[in-house]
Parts: sequence; C-alpha cells; structure tokens
Amino acid sequence: MDASLYASRRRRNVLATVASYGATFVGLAWLAVILGVLFWQGFSGLSLRVFTEMTPPPGAVGGLLNAIVGSLIMTGLALVIGGPIGILAGTYMAEYGRHGRLTSLVRFINDILLSAPSIVVGLFIYEVMVRPMGHFSGIAGAVVLGVLVIPVMVRTTEDMLRLVPDTLREAAASIGLPRSLMIRQIAYRAARAGLITGLLLAVARISGETAPLLFTALNNQFYSTNLNAPMSSLPAVIFQFALSPYKDWQDLAWTGALIITLAVLVMSIIARALTATRKAS
Amino acid sequence: MVDVAWQETGVSTQDVAGRAKVLNRLRIGDIVFHQITKISAIFVLVVLGGVIVSLFLGALPALQEFGFGFLTAQSWNPVTEKFGALAPIYGTIVTSLIAMLIAVPFGLLIAMFLTELCPMFLRRPIGTAIELLAGIPSIIYGIWGLFVFAPFLQQYVQPPVIAAFENVPVLSTLFAGPPFGIGILTASLILAIMVLPFITAVSRDVFDAVPPVLKEAAYGLGWTQWEVWRYVVLPYTRVGVIGGVMLGLGRALGETMAVTFVIGNAHKITTSLLAPGTTISATIANEFTEAVGDLYTSSLIALGLILFVITFIVLAIARYLLLRIERRVG
Repeated sequence: MDASLYASRRRRNVLATVASYGATFVGLAWLAVILGVLFWQGFSGLSLRVFTEMTPPPGAVGGLLNAIVGSLIMTGLALVIGGPIGILAGTYMAEYGRHGRLTSLVRFINDILLSAPSIVVGLFIYEVMVRPMGHFSGIAGAVVLGVLVIPVMVRTTEDMLRLVPDTLREAAASIGLPRSLMIRQIAYRAARAGLITGLLLAVARISGETAPLLFTALNNQFYSTNLNAPMSSLPAVIFQFALSPYKDWQDLAWTGALIITLAVLVMSIIARALTATRKAS
Repeated sequence: MVDVAWQETGVSTQDVAGRAKVLNRLRIGDIVFHQITKISAIFVLVVLGGVIVSLFLGALPALQEFGFGFLTAQSWNPVTEKFGALAPIYGTIVTSLIAMLIAVPFGLLIAMFLTELCPMFLRRPIGTAIELLAGIPSIIYGIWGLFVFAPFLQQYVQPPVIAAFENVPVLSTLFAGPPFGIGILTASLILAIMVLPFITAVSRDVFDAVPPVLKEAAYGLGWTQWEVWRYVVLPYTRVGVIGGVMLGLGRALGETMAVTFVIGNAHKITTSLLAPGTTISATIANEFTEAVGDLYTSSLIALGLILFVITFIVLAIARYLLLRIERRVG
C-alpha cells in the first residue's frame, strides 16, 4: 500500500518534470523554426538593391527603399512626439507625485494602454486627424506611432528613475540645487542607460506596427518624404506584398520581414544588455 | 541685517539684486518644470479619454441605425448596408479562448522549468529566448503563418484529424473538413505562440517571489518537486498567475496582423474549427480602407469600440490582480 502510493507519487513527479522540459523545448523550438524560416526565405532576397530601389510593379525587380525611408521618418517623428511626453510623465510619477493618487491612476491607465490593441489607437487617430484633413498622411502615421511610444516611455522612465538612489537627490538638495535642476542634471544622468533602454524598447515596439498605419499613413508605391501625403512603411508593404499573388512581391515581403525582425531583435538585445550591466553594478 | 552682512563681505547691493533675480528665475523654472511634468502625466489620461470619446462618436451612426441589434445580428453585408457584429465577436472570443487553453499550460510549465528545474547558468539565456518571442512583430507571425504554418497544417495535420474524428459525435462537427489550412484553429495556434511569452514572464516573476522557507518546509516533509510546485508555489502565487493569464488574454483579444493573415476573413459562424472565420481586429484591418459609405465605416469603428471595451475590462482585471500580489510581496 505505502509502496504503491510512493511509486505513484514518484511517477507523477517524473511526468511533471518531463512535461516541463518538453514545454520549454517546444517553446524554444518555435523560436528556432520561426527565425530559421525567416532567415531562409529572407536572405535569398537580401541584396544592395533592396536598399537602393523603389518597390516594383508586379513582375519587375526592385527594392524597398521608399518603405524603409517611410518607416524611418515616421519612427523618428514618433520618438520626437511621444518620447518627451512619456519621459516627462514618468518624471512626474517618480519624482514629484511618487505616492500621489494621480500617479497610481496614471500608472494603472498607462499599463492598460501598454497592452491595448494598437488597431484601436489607429482608429482614434483616423477620427481626429485623417477625417478632418480629408486624406491619409505620413504625419498621421507618425502621430499614431507617437501615441504608442508614450506608454512604453512612461513605464521605463518611472522604473528607471526609481532605481536612482535617494541619497543622490538628498546630496543635490543639500547644496541648494533646485528640484527641477536636480532632476535634469542628476537623476536623468544617473538613469541615462535606463532611458536609452526605454527608447530602444519603444522603437522595437513600433517598428513592427502595421494595423494602425493602414488607416493613417496608408501606403505609397512611390518615393515620398511629403508628410502631408500617404507614406509607405515596411510593415504596410509586407502586408500588401505578402497577400498578393505575385512571387516577386512575396519574396520582397519576406526580405522586409527579415529586416524588421533583425532590427527589433538587435534593439531588444541591446536594451537588455544595457539594463543587465546596470543591475550587476 | 542681510544687507550689512553682504556689505561687510564686500558684495555690493547690485549683486544681491542679481542674486535675487537668479533665485527667482530658478524658482519659476522649478514651478514650470513641475507643471509640465504634471500635464504630461495627465496627458496619458487624456489619450485614454480621447480614444473612448472619438470611437464612441465615430460609432454613433451605426449604433443609432442598428441599436442593440448590432451585437446580436450575424449579417455583414456592405451592399445592403446591414451590419452585425456577432460573427467577429464570436471569432475573437473563440480564437482567444483556444489560444489560452494551449498557452496557459505551456506557459506555466515553462515558468516551472525556469524557476525550479533549470540549471542556474541556463536560466537567463532560456528566459531571454522565450521573451524574444514576445518581441517579434505581429506581422512576422502573420507572414510565417500564411506561408509556412497553414500549408503545413493543411497538408499534414488537418486531413488525418478530420479522418480520425469522422465518426465521433461532437468532435466530427468541431473538426469538419475540408482542410483549408487557414481558419479559426490556425489563428488560435498562432495566437497561443504569441501570448505564451507574456504568461511565462509574469508566472516566472511571481514564482520567483515565493519565500524559499515555504518550499523548504514542504521539501522537509518529503514532498516531491511536483507536489511542492502544485500545492505550495501555485496556491501562493494564484492571484499573480491569473493576472498574467488575463494579460495574455488581453493581448490575444486585440491581436491583429497575425490573425488577419490566417483566419480567412469569412463573416459567418461555423461549428467547425477548421473553417475560415473572422475576428474584430481582422475585420477592421481588412476592410477599413476599402469601406465606402459612412455607415460601413461607422460600423467598423463600432467594432473597434466593442474590442476596446472588452480588452479594457480584461486588462483592468489583470492589472488589479497583479497590483494585489505586488503589494503582498513588496
């Protein structure tokens, strides 16, 4: 009786252990398969032409230049729009209203916005920008991405400023430094690596965003840096080309997918390394 | 007195005035900076309010036209301008639930591996690799699902599954052919992969927060590793784990591009999981730029509003639960 109970407990333990190993293996295998396929399909199309030529009509050769430029412009503008707002809001939460009610409310709402569907933000900007303007535009795309940047920046800024030791703040106060100078000259400087991490994470987050761009910046077959006109972007081109019946377009979509993924992975790994050295020191 | 003191040290009154000016400027700068940061924080709330108000205003024409019936009608006909949200809502909920059914056990098992079984030197790399899955953009999963995963399922998985369950009562309707490759089940599987990292990351963090003495006490009584995990770690962290699961659910409900690629965009409710369907986000992504007529656009925005309300509730519950466990631990 006792022996059988013991055996069944052991059996159950072995089963659970095997299942646990198995689940981890499957999770890692997925990652390997997805990246493997992406490299396999994307690398064959990767050449200098991708970065120097426009998106082609079906059946012709071409590159992704207009899409890459469009993505870079909109991402850069999004950081300019959303970055300062996010950093300042995070500063308020970590420095001024650390235990305030406003801070808890903003943190709660911000965490929800962080995971809220981006497509809804796209509809929001469509309503407030595209509809009044009467046409799709690159600036609307940049604003959508900017709104998506804010929650990421708020979160990381608050977290990173909270890691700055209070003794630094007290030392600054004791030599008579006004609070705003203390924040800008000392707290920001101490949290610099963390703030850069936030920017990297924000770029990683928005560089693959597709859905909200579809109804704000739309897409553009031609090279255009006009912010008042529809603008091309890598994700939108991938979406259009992947769903097309043309082999050349599908190949370009794979190449674009590889470029985005590499960029995102590199940025997340750098962001991780930055925070890791911070924690270790 | 002060003036005298200054004069004695050889500083003129003009310097005192200058000093006062500088101090004043610093004080104003202080106040301005404080207020700017506060306004930025409030701006986060304004964004949320703006999203809700603009979606509501945009959805108003459709809601007025169809009333409450919008939620229960199944037809989606741009030609006759009859729109109902039931099929996308059904698709959204079904795909998310199936995804959670798969992702939750996997996520918990991986978290258990990372906190209990994994050798120390492998914990960080494996944890990072799983989290990288979360960083891969949605559209990559979409293109991969469309060109690699769906054909694979169509060729190798779906035919034997259909054949195997042909004569089993309930399962034969759930897995009715033909094998399209794309469809509700394919979308669910891809969603499962996408939310897995979120569940794993949160669970691992809360498992790590279990006080070692609790586990050691249980081991001291001769419990096995599984029993300690199942009867000590899991009950202790239940609230946090549920929070993580809700977080994953919120992601799954709102996920757009990956689903759009593989679900087939068919506005009908079918009992077969292998049939094409649609979700709220996929409908919006597919049809919004092609929508002609105000009522069509408005109906799509109404769908967006429904999606936002659902995800907001789910995410709010998730954050509330996670906040509770944070308070207990911290």
